Amino acid sequence: MYQTSELEINMGPQHPATHGVLRLVLRLDGETIVEVKPVIGYLHRGVEKLSENRGYRSVTPLTDRLDYCAAFAENHSYVGAVEKLLGVEVPPRAQAMRVVLAELQRIASHLIWLATHGLDIGAMTIFLYAFREREKCLDLFEGYCGARLTYNALRIGGVPQEFPDGWTEALRRFLDELPTRIAQYETLLTGNRIWRLRTEGVGVIDARTALGLGLTGPTLRGSGVDYDVRKYAPYENYRDYAFDIPVGSKGDTYDRYLIRMEEMRQSRRIILQALEALPDGPILAKVAGRIRPPKGAEAYFMTESPRGEMSVYLVSDGTDKPYRVRFRSPCFNNLQGLPTLSKGHMVADVVALIGSIDIVLGCVDR
Amino acid sequence: MGAGSGEPRVYGRWDGPDTVARLKAEFPGAVLDSADFRGETTIVIALDAVEDVLAFLRDAPETRFDMLTDVTAVHWPARPQPFEIVWHLYSMPRNVRLRVKANAGPEPKVPSVVPLWPGAGWLERECYDMFGVVFDGHPDLRRILMPEDFGEWPLRKDFPLKY
Repeated sequence: MYQTSELEINMGPQHPATHGVLRLVLRLDGETIVEVKPVIGYLHRGVEKLSENRGYRSVTPLTDRLDYCAAFAENHSYVGAVEKLLGVEVPPRAQAMRVVLAELQRIASHLIWLATHGLDIGAMTIFLYAFREREKCLDLFEGYCGARLTYNALRIGGVPQEFPDGWTEALRRFLDELPTRIAQYETLLTGNRIWRLRTEGVGVIDARTALGLGLTGPTLRGSGVDYDVRKYAPYENYRDYAFDIPVGSKGDTYDRYLIRMEEMRQSRRIILQALEALPDGPILAKVAGRIRPPKGAEAYFMTESPRGEMSVYLVSDGTDKPYRVRFRSPCFNNLQGLPTLSKGHMVADVVALIGSIDIVLGCVDR
Repeated sequence: MGAGSGEPRVYGRWDGPDTVARLKAEFPGAVLDSADFRGETTIVIALDAVEDVLAFLRDAPETRFDMLTDVTAVHWPARPQPFEIVWHLYSMPRNVRLRVKANAGPEPKVPSVVPLWPGAGWLERECYDMFGVVFDGHPDLRRILMPEDFGEWPLRKDFPLKY
């Protein structure tokens, strides 16, 4: 009589489909997942400890290295937290410019997600297409701040410089072609039978479980919860723009895919509105050269990063160095949902699910 | 708010004095302190009341904090109770946040909130890994970011940046 016995195998930490240095210990019954145990920490650099030993301004470049696929979003959360701690009001023009850059970052980040998610499931073409457009986003970021990945594109109190000459025109050209490009991606995937077989009904999570696990971002919205920090706790001048929060109904990998596709369109919509009504005025508020918040001051500031709610919790002891810097990263919490998502699925689905929750290990391990 | 209107930025709503008063009435003596800074509400509760207060905050119809966004700690070596454990709660139906703190002694031991919010699992493991805070009742309290044999608590203030 044949009997399958459970087998424990190791996936990663050097595996092309784990998006970095993620190690998964899989307990399998045949090809069916019995249990997934993520093992993380391979990319832990002690960013919180390092941050607590340098001046407030010197922390921003470190935040670039958290989520290196969306460095701007991490800059934004940290800088926003310091501004809240100090009670600094960012000038309206800088707020609108931040929105433009943040949404461009969301598009760039979702493009790299789409490319790798597609590649993981076997759609090679989409990888090349999405990287082509992401390249243009990176060119735009390079044009603004000189860096393609680690931007450090924010200053406490505003933004470092105006958009350079010709930059907004280049951005508009990119936004003009984007809908056609997204339609192309959708032709390749949305109705594709293989894509749907690989994603529909895979990794279903209901809203209650997702909330209990602390999932945020598209991973939570896929389950039908419309939670988005930009709507629920608007920062900068997000209130001034009309945009929709796409939500799913089934909470599977396909829903999460559709949501991110729609989010790119919504981000484009926000950028166009922001460029149209870019207020005049200064771009940097006056902030003391040496930042020393009052003793015992605390601030918790969250933004909607492309991956979910990115919060920064700061505690001051009255010196010029933050006493405690806590980065609450969306990837860390979302990855915690992976064992729940993958229970009962096949080994190949784990790869689809890692892509579906869109983790960046720099952001998980900090 | 917004372009040119000069109104201050809104950073999201935080729970207010009503909940603080409600907690004081429900748990006499458990609320040690409360503060409001930059619109953020913090309550400090007694360590032995952590489980009850957090369960109440999650379940009571007037609070309904259905999401635990963060668990962390702050190390104040000079204090008699050097560890400040910080929970950040969010209530999606009410769209408000709340910060709950409790102070723990030099051998910090706090009740785990995994039974209330399963998402606390990794957050508490990280807090244990970085500060050595023991979460009593945690189903799987192991190091998460540092190697298993690391043996030290890197985010404590007495842990040096370099040797």
